[in-house]
Amino acid sequence: MSTTSTKNEHFQDHLMEHHHKENFFTKYIFTMDHKMIGKQFLITGMIMGIVGVMMSMLFRLELAYPEQSFPILEFFLGKWAPDGVMDPNMYLALVTIHGTIMVFFVLTAGLSGTFSNLLIPLQIGARDMASGFMNALSYWFFFLSSVVMIASLFVESGPASGGWTVYPPLSALPQAMPGSGTGMTLWLISMTFFIVGSLLGSLNYIVTVINMRTKGMSMTRLPLTIWAFFVTAVLGVLSFPVLLSAALLLMMDRLIGTSFYLSDIFIGGEVLSYSGGSPVLYQHLFWFLGHPEVYIILLPALGISSEVIATNSRKPIFGYRAMVGSILAIAFLSFIVWGHHMFVTGMNPFLGSVFTFTTLLIAIPSAVKAFNYITTLWKGNIQYTPAMLFSIGLVSTFVTGGLTGVILGDSALDINVHDTYFVVAHFHIVMGLSAIFGMFAGVYHWFPKMYGRMMNKSMGYAHFWLTFITAYGVFFPMHFLGMAGLPRRYYSNTAFPMFDNLADINVLITYFAIIGGIAQLIFIFNFFYSIWRGPKASQNPWRANSLEWTTPVEHLHGNWPGDVPIVYRWAYDYSKPGYDEDFVPQNVPLAEGEESGH
Amino acid sequence: MNTVSIIVLIVLAVLTIVQVMRISEISSSIQGGKDNQVSEKDNDTQGKLLLLVGMGFVISVLVMYWAWGYHSLPAPSSEHGSEIDGLWNLSMLIINVVFFIVQPILFYFGYKYRGKKGTKAVYYEHNNKLELFWTVVPALFLAVLIIWGLNVWSGLMMPENEEEPIVIELYAQQFNWTARYSGGDNQLGYATVHEIAGANIVGVDTKDAYSSDDIITKELHLPVGKPIKFEFRSQDVIHSAFFPHFRAQMNCVPGSKTYFQFTPTKTTAEIRQDKDVKNHVAEVNEIRLAKGEDVWEFNYVLLCNKICGAAHYNMQMEIIVETEDEFNAWIKEQKTVAETL
Repeated sequence: MSTTSTKNEHFQDHLMEHHHKENFFTKYIFTMDHKMIGKQFLITGMIMGIVGVMMSMLFRLELAYPEQSFPILEFFLGKWAPDGVMDPNMYLALVTIHGTIMVFFVLTAGLSGTFSNLLIPLQIGARDMASGFMNALSYWFFFLSSVVMIASLFVESGPASGGWTVYPPLSALPQAMPGSGTGMTLWLISMTFFIVGSLLGSLNYIVTVINMRTKGMSMTRLPLTIWAFFVTAVLGVLSFPVLLSAALLLMMDRLIGTSFYLSDIFIGGEVLSYSGGSPVLYQHLFWFLGHPEVYIILLPALGISSEVIATNSRKPIFGYRAMVGSILAIAFLSFIVWGHHMFVTGMNPFLGSVFTFTTLLIAIPSAVKAFNYITTLWKGNIQYTPAMLFSIGLVSTFVTGGLTGVILGDSALDINVHDTYFVVAHFHIVMGLSAIFGMFAGVYHWFPKMYGRMMNKSMGYAHFWLTFITAYGVFFPMHFLGMAGLPRRYYSNTAFPMFDNLADINVLITYFAIIGGIAQLIFIFNFFYSIWRGPKASQNPWRANSLEWTTPVEHLHGNWPGDVPIVYRWAYDYSKPGYDEDFVPQNVPLAEGEESGH
Repeated sequence: MNTVSIIVLIVLAVLTIVQVMRISEISSSIQGGKDNQVSEKDNDTQGKLLLLVGMGFVISVLVMYWAWGYHSLPAPSSEHGSEIDGLWNLSMLIINVVFFIVQPILFYFGYKYRGKKGTKAVYYEHNNKLELFWTVVPALFLAVLIIWGLNVWSGLMMPENEEEPIVIELYAQQFNWTARYSGGDNQLGYATVHEIAGANIVGVDTKDAYSSDDIITKELHLPVGKPIKFEFRSQDVIHSAFFPHFRAQMNCVPGSKTYFQFTPTKTTAEIRQDKDVKNHVAEVNEIRLAKGEDVWEFNYVLLCNKICGAAHYNMQMEIIVETEDEFNAWIKEQKTVAETL
């Protein structure tokens, strides 16, 4: 044990000695400093987020007013919206790329990439990531994949359009839809780069958390953010390679005529020569990543909100060990529930039973987390920073969206609402909103750490309230569309008179979506304005305990100017009896007779 | 012109925000606000807002139930459908109770414990009994849902038949459905994509003895009260046969067959007399008349519920549930494979 820690210190001191003169390229582009890489992930994620949200506003416009002409559609979509009326293929393309961008580029790389990079070394007391080079490489693979994904939007035959899950044969056969041509090939190439980048990042996070904690930072003293990032990275390393293999097999089916997923197909007036494959195999491989992916998105947000809620309630997080336990339980269960996405594929009914059982079990650790958050607020002294509001918003959406999971996870009930708007409502609320709220909370909370300045709080408040109200306004009514039987991914619901009376709801949703989308401009403006013009931050503006606030405001390569701090207590000694201040940073030695308890 | 006005609008919006920010910064510096920290007044305002907006959200959920709840599908028209709906109702009851308890508590705590000067939070790390309580209670409720759910599920997937079900194939292709009745022998003839040619759209092998009495139709007629076993096939991409009124859904997967069985319980004529359905039809027709569209008469319908291409949103088939006599009369009029191919 002692040898490891001396080696560790040695290594960290070694890092400190490297104070090269930095020029523009080494500082902003080919940087290996974890803080800068975190910012690179954040800015790239934000740009992708803008693209993803704008797409959703375009297709919301179309859904509210099907077959009506909007010049703005022609402006953005060109030949895909002749006379301002969106082409059905373009609708499917927008839905597909919106999903891909939001799930992978914003909420996986943008969220976990940003905050794992920024916070892991700072909160565990390390000078940098285990491998700065791998870390930089991880970002550049992500960047490359973003460029390819955006490039696929400009392909003649249109971008991938088979839904973000790109099920074959639809995604495998260019005859099935125009988007399954070059656009789909680029989608697969982009995802391949993305996965490589994600794996490099995750390996780095795992190694760093295990090996580079400062003296005294035992696993049970880690802030919950780090637990969340650590478990997220483990999930990523175990599940993303499976998606990679799924993508490679799909690419082979498309390009060199193998039959992994294809069999007995008659399309475009001829029988294709594929035989013996199974499209359901792809779904198994996809969802073996796809379900852990939900938690790869959600866990970092939950970690961030744990930290923000404890700090701003001025209270220890309630039930730290239970919180860690439930993260681990959720992570474990997430690997054995993927089949609940496939209840109606005709899978063996016994398998369906098993997946129902394991899926509903996830509700238990999730409930523990929700109740622990609420108890943390109880008898607190809540400081309403914008980050705190977003974290409370997260608890609300996590509960709302989690509850409908009890319906969808039950195979017998899933039959009824599978692939309807009920599902759209469920996953947007529980995964989309919770994760994006967590991401906003993280940005507001750690902005002073990233840029040394404060974001404007009034704009933060305006941003939160508009986002919170419009987000529920968009997604809650979708439950009712789903219960009326309306399938998702319908270009319009005018083909079925039974849905005619739902048109009003669709219009209302679109209003909320457009207001909510525009409200994000407040955030973007606040963010960039504050980078240059925000008031200078003090060293520990939120009076928080964790180690990142012991570093100077100005960024240093190596984080601490002197020795790395030593940790004596957990990160949640807020309002501890016996102390005048309502916080006791982790590097404050125990008072005489004080027990750390952790 | 449009582009210019959009750009002008964006510029104006940005300028407004800049001004609002300047004002808020100046006013906070006048009030002595230090580097944009939250003040006691902020805590008070935001805490109250949280209660207000939060409870507003909870109440608006009630309003939505009242305003849109009746849009939900009418009572099921299949035997197993009522079992699904029973389980559905219990699950909805449980999650709604939790929702209407937990959300108000969350927002109330946010309001009640908003930061005030001079107060200190209570140092409260954990309470094993409390945590055990809210681990065990959800587990108990879930146990009930899991056990009941699995019961319903195995009943659906592995039905015990007193009489032999009628076998009907539903064949999916971009972007329409075709039905193939198994005829007098209740056995579908062999079919493969390699046999597809001309009028033989489902690729039935005419040399197979079972195929001669098969009947291929573009309308799906079902006799009421008879168990029907559907076999699903697809020739191109994955489709999903979704029968919302019968609480049934199954994917159609190229290269393999899938199955689902149900027993219709209400004829089309009967369901049209259902109170909820009548209201639904009246509401829809009011909208349609206002738009100058045809009057709609309720019909069961089969939808495609797995993204399958450009016209996915319009891949449908009418379902007619009728008495056994009516069904027999209809099927007699249809031509068999032997006659058509």
